[in-house]
Amino acid sequence: MAFYSSLKKAHCSFFIVMCVGLFACNSENKASLSANSIVYCSEGAPEIFNPQLITSGVTVDATSKQLYNQLITFNADNSISPSLAKSWHVTRDNKKITFYIRKNVNFHQTNFFTPTRALNADDVLFSFNRILDKKHLFHQVSGGKYPFFQSVGFSELIQSIERINDYTVRFTLNRADSSFLANLATDFSVILSKEYAEQLVKQNQMEHIDIHPIGTGPFKLKEYRTGSFIRYNPHEQYWDEKTTLKQLVYDITPSNTGRLTKLLTGECDISSYPIAHEKIKKNPKLALDNVTAFNIGYLGFNTTKYPFDNKLVRKAVSHAINRQAILDTVYFGKAEAATTILPPSSWAYNKDIPSINYSIKMAKNILEEAGFTDGLTIDLWAMPVQRSYNPDAVTMAKLIQADLKLIGITVNIVSYNWHEFLRRVTLGEHQSVLLGWTADHPDPDNFFTPLLSCGAAETGNNGNFWCNNQFDFLIQSALATTEINKRKALYMQALHILAEELPLLPIAHSKRFQARSIKIKGQLLNSFGSIDFKGVSKN
Amino acid sequence: MLLFTLRRFNLFLFTMVLLTILSFSLSFLFPGEQITNISGKINASPESIELIALHYGKHESILSQYWIYLNHLFKGDWGLSMTSQLPILDEIYNHLPATIELTISALFIAMIVGIPIGFIAAINHRKKSDDLILSFAMIGYSIPIFWLGLLAILIFSIQLGWLPSAGQISLLYEIKQITGIQFIDILLSDSPYKWQAFQDASSHILLPSCVVALAPATIFIRLARTSMLNVLETHYIKAAMAKGLTFRQIIYRHAIRNAMVNVIRDVGLQFANLVTLAMVTEVIFSWPGIGRWLIESIYQRDYTAIQGGLLALSCFIFLVHIFTDFVYATLNPLAREKNRGSR
Repeated sequence: MAFYSSLKKAHCSFFIVMCVGLFACNSENKASLSANSIVYCSEGAPEIFNPQLITSGVTVDATSKQLYNQLITFNADNSISPSLAKSWHVTRDNKKITFYIRKNVNFHQTNFFTPTRALNADDVLFSFNRILDKKHLFHQVSGGKYPFFQSVGFSELIQSIERINDYTVRFTLNRADSSFLANLATDFSVILSKEYAEQLVKQNQMEHIDIHPIGTGPFKLKEYRTGSFIRYNPHEQYWDEKTTLKQLVYDITPSNTGRLTKLLTGECDISSYPIAHEKIKKNPKLALDNVTAFNIGYLGFNTTKYPFDNKLVRKAVSHAINRQAILDTVYFGKAEAATTILPPSSWAYNKDIPSINYSIKMAKNILEEAGFTDGLTIDLWAMPVQRSYNPDAVTMAKLIQADLKLIGITVNIVSYNWHEFLRRVTLGEHQSVLLGWTADHPDPDNFFTPLLSCGAAETGNNGNFWCNNQFDFLIQSALATTEINKRKALYMQALHILAEELPLLPIAHSKRFQARSIKIKGQLLNSFGSIDFKGVSKN
Repeated sequence: MLLFTLRRFNLFLFTMVLLTILSFSLSFLFPGEQITNISGKINASPESIELIALHYGKHESILSQYWIYLNHLFKGDWGLSMTSQLPILDEIYNHLPATIELTISALFIAMIVGIPIGFIAAINHRKKSDDLILSFAMIGYSIPIFWLGLLAILIFSIQLGWLPSAGQISLLYEIKQITGIQFIDILLSDSPYKWQAFQDASSHILLPSCVVALAPATIFIRLARTSMLNVLETHYIKAAMAKGLTFRQIIYRHAIRNAMVNVIRDVGLQFANLVTLAMVTEVIFSWPGIGRWLIESIYQRDYTAIQGGLLALSCFIFLVHIFTDFVYATLNPLAREKNRGSR
C-alpha cells in the first residue's frame, strides 16, 4: 500500500516538475533567440522569388527590397536617389541615360552559390536583356512574361542597352519618356547575378534563378517552405548599412483572425493588414501604423466577354452599386471614395471628372435600354487576400450581390487562392473581378499604363482586357513630354474617356495599415511600392 | 496467429482495392479533363498532354487504365499537386508526420486521462462520483470541436498567454527535416537551441492535442467503465474476493488487466474518429498536417491532391487499425485462436 502511494506521489511530483520546467525556461530562452529576429505575419505566399515576373503585392513585399536592389531608388520625399548606380546622366533630349555603377557590391553567398566577383555592368545588362530580348537564354524560363515591363511598353521604348565599360551602362530610348527613371526605380527593376545564371546553365537548372534567388539586397534566402514560411538571413557583405537582425521570418498566415491572434499572443512581431484596429490601439504592447497609400480598389469588367462587352451593362451595374455602403462596411470609413482611378494626392488628379452616382432607377433604365429585361446572371470574382485597396473583397462582393439583386442581376461569387486567382484572371476566365492597384512610383502614369493601356490588355494583368486607341494615344503623348501642365491636360482627357467607357468602376483609395509590437523600431511601410526591412530593428 | 495475420492482410488488400477504385473513378467524376485530374499537370501543352495520356494508357480499356494507374501508385508516381505543382507523394511526406504526431499525442492523452477515470467511475459504481464523471463525459462528448478549439485559443493563448496558438514550433527555430516527426528531428538536429526548441515544440503541441483528445477521452471513460463493470461481475473476481484478497489487490492484479484488453480493442475504432477531429483542429491551430492540407486542397479544387490525400489518409487509418488489432490479439489469446477457452 505504502509503496503504491509513494510511487504515485513520486510520479505526480515528477510530472509537476516537468511542467514547471517546460514553461519556466520557455520564455527566458526564447528571448535570447528572438532578441534580434523578427517574425512578420504576411497575408499570402509569394508566387516566385523574382519581382521581374509578377505584379502581385504579396510577392513584391516578400522579395523586392529584401533580396534585391535596383539601379536607382526613391527617397522618402519621392525624389529619385542612387542605389546600385552611384550616379547617372540624362542627355538633353531625354533619350540617352548613362548609369555609373557602384563598385564593390557583393552578391549573396549561399550554400548553392558563391560569387567570385562583385557587381558590374554585365549583371545590369543580363537583368534587362532577360526582359527585353526574346531570344535571350533566360527569357522563356518561368513563363517568359514580364507583366510590369510589358504593360509600360519597355521593349518598344528601349532601343539599346550598351556596356560602355565595367562600371558604366547606357540606355538609349526610341522616344523621350518622362516616367522612365521612375520605372527603373520600381520594385520590379531588380538586378540579378549573371555569374549565378551561368552556373545554372552549366548545372542545367535554369529555372532555379527565380526559385533560389541571388541578389544584392540586405537579406538572403535561407529556406522557403511553400505556403508556410520564408526564412531570411542577413547578407553579411551588404554594400549599404547592414541590418541588425539575425533572422527575418515571413510567417504566411492568410487568415485575418489568425494574424490577429498571433500578434496578440506575441507569435509575430509585425502583422500585415490587421483587423480589429481599436483592439490593437488599446493594447499597450502593440502599435498601429498607417501610411496614405497610392492605390485604387476597383470593380473590373472583362470587356471581351458577355455581358460586360456591352458598355450599357457596365454602366447599369456601376449605377446600381452603393459605394458609400461599401466604404462604411468594408473600409470602416477609413478610405476615400474614388471618383477616378487617380488618388487625390496625385498631381494629375482632377476633381471636375464626373463620378457615377448611385441610382437604382437609372440602372434599371439603362439595363432595359441594353435589352436585358428578364434579368441576368454574372460571376463576380473576389480576391482571397487582404490588400490595402481592398481589405475584404468577399464582403464587398456580398454587398454588390445584394445591390445588383435590386436590378435583377444574380451574382455568383467566385474565389480561389491568390496564386490560382491571378492565373485565372490573367487568362480572362472571369466576367467581373474585384481587384486593385498600388502604385509603384509617384508618377501618375503608373495608374494608366500598367492598368489600362493596350499593352496591359495583352498581358491580361489588369483583368479588364480593355484597349482603346484614343486613350492609348493620350497616355503615350503624356509620357513624351516633361511639361507638367501639358501632361495634366492629356491625363484629364484620358480620365474623361474612362468615365465614359467604364472598363472599371473605381471604388476607393485606402490607407495601408500595419500592426506591430512596440519593440519594433524603424520604417517598414512606404506610401508606394513594397515594404522594406532594411532599417527595421528590434530591441 | 498466422491465420489471424492472413485474415487481416486479406482485409487490407480488399479495402485497398476498393479505395484505389474510388480514387481512380474520382478522376473521372471531378470536373475537367480526366488526364489533368489524374496527373495534376495543368499547364501542359497539347503535345505533352498527348504524351501523358499515352503514359496513363488513355487509349486502352478502362480496366487496363486502372491497372496502369495502380502501377503508377506503386512506383510512387501519385501525380502533381495542381496548386503547388509538387509531387503528391512529397506533399504527403511533408504533411503526414505532423498529423501522426498530433494524433498519437492526443491518443496518448485521451488514454492516460480517460481510462483511469473510467475505472474510478466503475469502482464507485452508482455513487456520486460515478454520476459526476458520467455527466462530465457526456458534456465533453457533446462539445463541438471547432468551438472548443477557438475557446482554448481565446483562454490559454490570448487571455492567459500561456501557450502559443498556431503551428508546430516557433519559426525562429531552424530545424532540418529528417524524419518529418518534429520531436525526433529536434533531437537529431545540431542546433545550439535544441532544448529550447524541444520545449517550444512541446508547448505548441499541448493545446491542439488536448483539444483533439477531449472527445476520445470521454469515450474511453465510458468504455473503460463498462468494461470494468463487466469484469467486476465475473466469477474469477468473485473467487478472488472469496479468497480474501483486498479490494486494492483485486483491482490492480486482476480487474485492470482484463478490463484493459477490451478497451484496447476499441482504440483502433476510435482512431478514425480521432483523425477526423484532428483535421478540424489542424485548421484551427494552423497545424501543418495532412488534414489541413486536404481541406485546403478541397477549397482550391486541387483534384490530384484530394485523390492522393484520401488514399494516404485512409491507408494510415487502416494500418493503425490493423496494428491495434495485433496488439489486442497479442494481449488476448481468445481473439487470435477461437479454439482456446470455452465456447
